[in-house]
Amino acid sequence: MAERIVVDPVTRIEGHLRIEAVVETGRVVDAYSSGTMVRGLELILPGRDPRDAWALAQRICGVCTTVHALTSIRAVEDALDIRVPPNANLVRNIMAAALMIHDHVVHFYHLHAMDWVDVLSALKADPAAASRLAQSISSWPRSSMGYFRDVQKRLADFAAGGQLGPFTNGYWGHPGYRLPPEANLMAVAHYLEALEWQKEIVKIHAVFGGKNPHPNYLVGGVPVSLDPNDPSAVNAERLAMVGSLIQQAQEVVDQLYVPDVLAIAGFYKDERWGGGLGNYLAYGDLPRTDIREPESYLLPRGAVLDRNLDEVHEVDPKDPEQVREYVTHSWYRYDDGDDKALHPFEGQTQFHHTGPRPPYRQLDTSGKYSWIKSPRWRDVPMEVGPLARLMVAYASGREDVRAVVDDALARLKLPREALFSTLGRTLARALETKLVAGWLGGFYRQLVANIKAGDLITVNHERWDPSSWPARAEGVGTTEAPRGALGHWIRIENGKIAHYQAVVPTTWNGSPRDAAGRRGAFEAAMLDNPVRVSDQPLEILRTIHSFDPCLACSVHVVDPAGSTHVRVRAF
Amino acid sequence: MESVYDALMARGMSRRDFFRFCTAMAATLGLPAQASAQVAQALQAKPRVPVIWRSFQECTCCSESLIRASHPLVADIILDLISLDYHEVLMAAAGHQAEGAARQTLEKYAGRYVLAVEGSIPTRDEAYCTIGGRSALDILREEAETAMAVIAYGNCASWGCVQSSRPNPTGASGIAKLLPGKTVIQVPGCPPIGEVMAALLVHLITFERPPELDVLGRPKAFYGKRVHDTCVRRAYFDAGLFAESFDDYGYRHGWCLYKLGCRGPSTYNACALVRWNGGVSYPIQSGHPCLGCAERGFWDQAPFYVQTVGAPAGAVGRNPDTVGTVAVGVAAAAAVAHAGATAVRSLVEARGGRPQPGGAGGARDEGKEG
Repeated sequence: MAERIVVDPVTRIEGHLRIEAVVETGRVVDAYSSGTMVRGLELILPGRDPRDAWALAQRICGVCTTVHALTSIRAVEDALDIRVPPNANLVRNIMAAALMIHDHVVHFYHLHAMDWVDVLSALKADPAAASRLAQSISSWPRSSMGYFRDVQKRLADFAAGGQLGPFTNGYWGHPGYRLPPEANLMAVAHYLEALEWQKEIVKIHAVFGGKNPHPNYLVGGVPVSLDPNDPSAVNAERLAMVGSLIQQAQEVVDQLYVPDVLAIAGFYKDERWGGGLGNYLAYGDLPRTDIREPESYLLPRGAVLDRNLDEVHEVDPKDPEQVREYVTHSWYRYDDGDDKALHPFEGQTQFHHTGPRPPYRQLDTSGKYSWIKSPRWRDVPMEVGPLARLMVAYASGREDVRAVVDDALARLKLPREALFSTLGRTLARALETKLVAGWLGGFYRQLVANIKAGDLITVNHERWDPSSWPARAEGVGTTEAPRGALGHWIRIENGKIAHYQAVVPTTWNGSPRDAAGRRGAFEAAMLDNPVRVSDQPLEILRTIHSFDPCLACSVHVVDPAGSTHVRVRAF
Repeated sequence: MESVYDALMARGMSRRDFFRFCTAMAATLGLPAQASAQVAQALQAKPRVPVIWRSFQECTCCSESLIRASHPLVADIILDLISLDYHEVLMAAAGHQAEGAARQTLEKYAGRYVLAVEGSIPTRDEAYCTIGGRSALDILREEAETAMAVIAYGNCASWGCVQSSRPNPTGASGIAKLLPGKTVIQVPGCPPIGEVMAALLVHLITFERPPELDVLGRPKAFYGKRVHDTCVRRAYFDAGLFAESFDDYGYRHGWCLYKLGCRGPSTYNACALVRWNGGVSYPIQSGHPCLGCAERGFWDQAPFYVQTVGAPAGAVGRNPDTVGTVAVGVAAAAAVAHAGATAVRSLVEARGGRPQPGGAGGARDEGKEG
């Protein structure tokens, strides 16, 4: 008999997500994904100065805290035909790459690992065996028996105190956990180490952007001055700090993150479920030269359909036939009917809540059931994120990506098809981090070389003054956020924002069904998942977390006319 | 329950390090030197304070900022100083087990837990933010009812922040005005500085009451001065040396960003003192004007790159002594203007508000204003 399992809130994500899954004889037979919070940022942007847009748009998300600012800046620069100096491109790449590394490591250890690691099982571990395990997989220095004994004691005292804090009510002891106690202990130790390290790498954002979260950006370049000799500029001392933070990050990735993921994957590698759509979209990012030159991207642009890695389809975010959004099952309405799909340049967002009034127990999934819209690429639902990026790069024939992916698969003795799974998504994120950490070093060396050669320019100021702008202009900004393809579409009229819309990674992945009833990536990936304990749907969390959902971003709001269509309800 | 001290010892901290930690915390909190003993005493005797951390209409930048704190370290905060019983981003449990964790704390520690809120509350329609099928407002009211203290972390919870700016599509509101009669400690900023967020928790654990608050409910230790007052570029302001654009000589040499729209002179925050990310920098130091993110309604004071507080006209190139006098005059005028605004708010409170406990102002926010 079918049972409806509700997970709300889905925790260890950013934002508010609700999952309703229909389970029959221990398998998911249908699933619904619902974003349960909306803020209306895109209704707020119109009427403002386009040079300010980045600051407002950045507040779409404080986790991937930099990419919305960067995407917004790129949209404005695209509309106003502004090219940024090489140093600005490098600083932006350094900040984006630092974010991606930070985000992926934090995602794995603090948001996802507890789906694979039974924290309380670590209490039963033999510290000597944990030490041997750690030393067998990596040269990370903190791996002595005494070290693991200390970590275990800390955990034991914590548990004995009767206040489990963030570990309260976890699914500890669930039969889906497969790691031996020693691997669990190692992972708990690394949870703590990664927690302390993550505050270090973001110092790169503080150097170039003044703070993190929410570092500063600037239309036309970056708001920093480069001068090796000026005490108030990014000088030799500041550059040395950035250099050592990069080196430290590379060590964490190479000696902690990647070995841990490979080790944990080794215990779960016969669990191949959770692949989902098999359609992958990437806008591409990390330009070696300029964002307008996609051929220079280190993460390539393209689409892969039906898991076919022999073909890459061209992607153009400005093409009205490509990226389009449905609201058939979303709490919005379109003027011309909710079964239509609109390109972001024409997009509308008008709140239209038809769901149950809170407090409620179950959504009406036959109607509208989410604050997330349903974007489709050429009318096909797509997955975005690290796995999508690696598959597009792999299919594009990128040798560096192929080498890293094939090497990991060989170590795990897994076929390429194993990537199309929950585990594959998690593995892809770690492998991408390794690649990006390497590229980050390259951006840094190039920046230092430019400064050495006397190029200190960080801003192109030619079109700063609104009087130099055309009366009407449209532009698109794209990035690869840690969670996947991100686009902002802007129209500027008479010096002000006239229209603004964002289509973000979790909108792609977390979307409800479209007009044709096609599932989004979360919903498709949950199908056929095992659910061993119906009151503890560990496997569902594992699949959802493998996407690293980020909900604040995905609940939308734009209105092209700048008028609001908000239902007012007093209470 | 074990004490915070026990927890710190259990994780291998030495007694000497413990007292060093207490001294650092007292200093961070702006307390006199002898207060470190009080901090130490409190942490040795008291159980970990349960914390329910709620996220409503937010972007999670406040949680992210908290885990960037270097003094104390994040692991010390979430594992040893407090018992973080509910925090959607960090907790292991999900779904009804997660909500169950909050309920257990609510029942077992009534009157003894801290409610920390990140994010605003939609007041136009409850359906704009639900968790576990319940509305944000419903959850807020229930959990604030029996809390020992309520903290509004960040500009969203304090006064609505970006989603409450024009035209405020969801009717987003800070939490204080939705909790009449309740003292709400306001820790504004988008986000607040991690060390400030952590220090407030330490204060609550140590003294079992909020720190001294100003009339807007903000801890005076961190919000008692304007960014301008302690800015690294302040000397250039006084000397009348201003960057005129982002690529000019003055900009490259650390001159004042006042003319590029800096909100430092009207923004109360500890950025220039505590700085960000372990003291590495803060926006003005790195090269961008202050956006004023700790102020109420700052998003509607745009455009950001236009100066809004009168700068000394034509100051550049003048005798620095003269300009300095003028500049001080402007700063003083801004301070007076601020004092005037707060005096008006005090008057409003005196008429309609109830007396606040402990002499601490507590926030009685009238919500989004601009």
